[in-house]
Amino acid sequence: MTLNVAVCIKRVPETGARITLTADEQEIDTSYLGFTISPHEECAVEEALRLVQLHGGTTTAVTLGPPAAAEQLRNAVAMGVESALLLVTERSDWDPQATAAALTEALRDGGHDLLLFGNESADSGGYQVGIRVAHALGLPCVTGVKHIEIADGTATVRREEGGGWEIFEVTLPAVLTVKEGINLPRYASLPGRLRAKKTEIALVEPAWREGDLRKQRLVVPEEQGSHVEMLGDGRAAAPRIVDVLKELGVA
Amino acid sequence: MAAFPESAKAVVVGAGIVGNSLVHHLARLGWRDLVLLDKGALPNPGGSTGHASNFIFPVDHSKEMTALTRDSTNQYIDLGVHTVSGGIEVARNQERLEEFNRRMTSSISWGEPSELLTPAQVKDLVPYINEEIVVGAFYTPGVGVVDSLRAGTLMREAAQSLGALTISASTEVTGIDVENGRVRRVHTDKGPIETEYVFVCCGVWSPRIATMAGAAIPLTPAVHQMISVGPIPLFEETPGEIFFPIVRDVDTNMYERQNGSDMEVGSYAHRSILMDPDEIPSIEESALSPTELPFTSEDFDVQLEQALELMPEILTVEGAGIRHAINGLLSLTPDGMPILGETPEVKNLWSVAAVWIKEGPGIARAVAEWVVEGASEIDVHGADIARFHPGQREQRHVDARASEGFNKTYGIVHPSEQWESNRNVRVSPFHPREQELGAVFFETAGWERPWWYESNAALLEEYGDRVMPREAEWESRWWSPIVNAEHLAMRDRVAMIDLTAFHILDVSGPGALEALQHIALGELDVEPGRVVYTPILDHNGGFKADLTIMRLEPELFRIVTGAAHGMADRKWFSDRLPQDGSAQLTDVTEDWCTVGVWGPRARDLVASVTSDDVSHAGFRFARCREVELGGVRALASRISYVGELGWEIYAPMANGAALWDVLWEAGQPLGVVPAGIGVYGTTGRIEKGYRAYGAELESEYNVAEAGMTRPKVKEHDFVGKEAYLRHKEEEPAAIMSTLTVDDPTSSSGVKRYMLGREPILTPDGERIVDRKGRPSYVTSTGSGPSVGKHVLMAYLPPEHAVEGKQLLVQYMGERYPVTVAVAGSTPLFDPENTRVRS
Repeated sequence: MTLNVAVCIKRVPETGARITLTADEQEIDTSYLGFTISPHEECAVEEALRLVQLHGGTTTAVTLGPPAAAEQLRNAVAMGVESALLLVTERSDWDPQATAAALTEALRDGGHDLLLFGNESADSGGYQVGIRVAHALGLPCVTGVKHIEIADGTATVRREEGGGWEIFEVTLPAVLTVKEGINLPRYASLPGRLRAKKTEIALVEPAWREGDLRKQRLVVPEEQGSHVEMLGDGRAAAPRIVDVLKELGVA
Repeated sequence: MAAFPESAKAVVVGAGIVGNSLVHHLARLGWRDLVLLDKGALPNPGGSTGHASNFIFPVDHSKEMTALTRDSTNQYIDLGVHTVSGGIEVARNQERLEEFNRRMTSSISWGEPSELLTPAQVKDLVPYINEEIVVGAFYTPGVGVVDSLRAGTLMREAAQSLGALTISASTEVTGIDVENGRVRRVHTDKGPIETEYVFVCCGVWSPRIATMAGAAIPLTPAVHQMISVGPIPLFEETPGEIFFPIVRDVDTNMYERQNGSDMEVGSYAHRSILMDPDEIPSIEESALSPTELPFTSEDFDVQLEQALELMPEILTVEGAGIRHAINGLLSLTPDGMPILGETPEVKNLWSVAAVWIKEGPGIARAVAEWVVEGASEIDVHGADIARFHPGQREQRHVDARASEGFNKTYGIVHPSEQWESNRNVRVSPFHPREQELGAVFFETAGWERPWWYESNAALLEEYGDRVMPREAEWESRWWSPIVNAEHLAMRDRVAMIDLTAFHILDVSGPGALEALQHIALGELDVEPGRVVYTPILDHNGGFKADLTIMRLEPELFRIVTGAAHGMADRKWFSDRLPQDGSAQLTDVTEDWCTVGVWGPRARDLVASVTSDDVSHAGFRFARCREVELGGVRALASRISYVGELGWEIYAPMANGAALWDVLWEAGQPLGVVPAGIGVYGTTGRIEKGYRAYGAELESEYNVAEAGMTRPKVKEHDFVGKEAYLRHKEEEPAAIMSTLTVDDPTSSSGVKRYMLGREPILTPDGERIVDRKGRPSYVTSTGSGPSVGKHVLMAYLPPEHAVEGKQLLVQYMGERYPVTVAVAGSTPLFDPENTRVRS
């Protein structure tokens, strides 16, 4: 069978630097930041492409966000996704409940065999949207997935638990939320990038609905400082290294 | 770890390629107690060096930049961090092929081997190129890539091994104290350092650091986009970082450079994206580094298509993707040149900014020589920070010109090409009259100067072929035959030339004579009312300036110099005035307008509007005095840069329009024409063999070579005197000569006219190099309408500087026969100077 896969992604600030907040502590100050697809979701995109390469079918990237979120959809298209849908909204106060409701509506009649999500978003980390969509659509859902195989309308998926793997079999259609490590996402190719530029992004304005989550304010967690001590240079450092290894109890 | 230094001879701020190279050269030249600071960590503190594409193309149309690049390359080679790859600039159209012919002339002039390639030859060197869209190429085998971070580390270590350097990374400069106009102390987050000198080597942050001391470094950070595509199997099979030549796709403003298994594609084609130095994120706030900003892919889309067109196979190879993409920051300046030297605002605060990898070590050496020894081997006056007039230091100007210049990075830029942005900043009081006369304005130092007047078009018919019409589009660009018509009318009748852009400095006080005697080669202990034309030398006897000085009163001298170098000259003089205040310098540029009145009827014209005696006996050559001209009090100075009888007439700006009208009306019966700087700066000057600073006169040449020694040497000591005396005695290695083009007809039957900087070759087509290693090239060129020849000026070694000697000049891919018309300073036109002295 061929697969009709939808991947839900989110536009998030590119991290790797110190995060600063806007003066009202309601948003991350993104003046120096680029935006990216949330990393778990980037893996979801890669997984969708991999599965469709294997089984044939179609891929669609979906996001809910501001008009600028088209950039992330185009990035997904540049990686190889065929079509893109933007649930476009100027509001920034969509909580997981509201987001899931809007996505559910958009995906309900899509005829997808597989809905892929990231396990959690890189910015708000609610861990909810995929599960809520699955629940609303009455579909089976496995979270934290690190391996997917499809055969005869069934997905065999694995996730890490303790020192081993939990293995699930779910019949399609299903919702899977994947975690980084499931694959190594490809880079966008140049032809992909050009195709992305030309791809028309379908726009839908989702109806606003109130969620139950209220944002009070954001707090930047205390940074965990790191300490580097130079033990010396070349041979002269060897005795100190031995001492340190002894202190650590490994020698 | 050593304690944080409390004092230093010099604090060098910024540990990129510039700061690292600079501490090395300062230490090498004997300085000790150097401190190198950077707010980032070493070896890559996060500035532009860290993300540079690190390749070096040696050939530039600018002699100065080519020399600095060559010196840098040699230093990189000595450090063992240079890998030769070869570099190919490809043409997608015919216009670019012509530009490559021009690049070949620069390559020969400056002695950097290059050759032209056919598309098939390009394909041989770059097997993955789509040669079908390439019409030809310019190949420089010596192009290479360097490891600029490693070079920096080695330079730092060299300074350390001399015991000259303390390094403090992760140290942020928070302030600079200035006392009595001089740098005193640098404040950092680790404590203050008392210091004699501060060098700002901070790349895109330089303006911010200079501002702490109250000085301006007029540059702007700008985005240059770069992506890295890989892995490319072909590259994975080749050894080392780079195997294939770097390709510059100059018609699309892009380059493609192998870096390991990736292809880096960089662009200067996108919209100019400028930043404020204060908007650059801190190290902590930056995902990559402060100078590697998030990529804005929409700006790059067009470039992707063009890159794919040129290298379709490898850029679309299975598995290759965009692995890295940045908006990298680099420094842009209003005129595209670096910003070097002591700031005019603060003594001992030096700027070494807007420097790219290809020039870094060479510039560091030049600046170190400049500060330690007083002058650099390579003349870097084109990059002197003192060159900017106040308006050019304004952010509005910097941004406008940086934006306009960005897309010219790989552009075909005509040597006379004018800027479009931020014009009409400085205009003379004659400007409205000039506009009415259809003046075509060129800009110098912000001044709008008429280059020729469309109202003189009628003269074209009068003079016919004597105006030496130009058939080729390139040489007709930014030019008009009207220039030559104005020239002929001046020689026949009389012309008025707007010279308001002159930079004018008054030096006054009881110590004025003594101070100026020390600065100028010429004797200034003369009667008031004398005008002295004099070279200004550096202590090696090279040229710093050439200008005129009028002694107006026993204790008042007026210095008149060109607009382009006026600000630098002002600094040179003001730096050398006595500390006791006995001589004061006042910049009166904005107070005076100037009009030159020259031609055989100039005396008739001036005499008709004054009751003063302007006869030859009553107003001798090289004299100046106040005259009343139709109700305007003016200062008249009887000298000429065009070889004609006449005066430079100076009047207060407010009287300018009145003065113009008086002269203009009086000139009507005499057939007066307005003439532009095309005549003043080129045709009139070159027929007389008058040298110009920045063309013939540079610190790399001396007075004897320029043919400007005087029989009598002034008794008073002056800067460069010792060297001058030596140069006067020794046989010159080269002699400034005037050459004429025997036949300008190209192989296709079109008359072609050189525009400057072309190589002079022996009859066998060999380069000519003097015993000091300096090549012979065209320093100035232009029509000589009165001699009916295209005229070239060039320094020639004595064996070639022989009148009547036949040589060649290479221009646009062809060689033209030329003859040495004059060796030395005798004018080609009116060699006895009877006109000037009539």
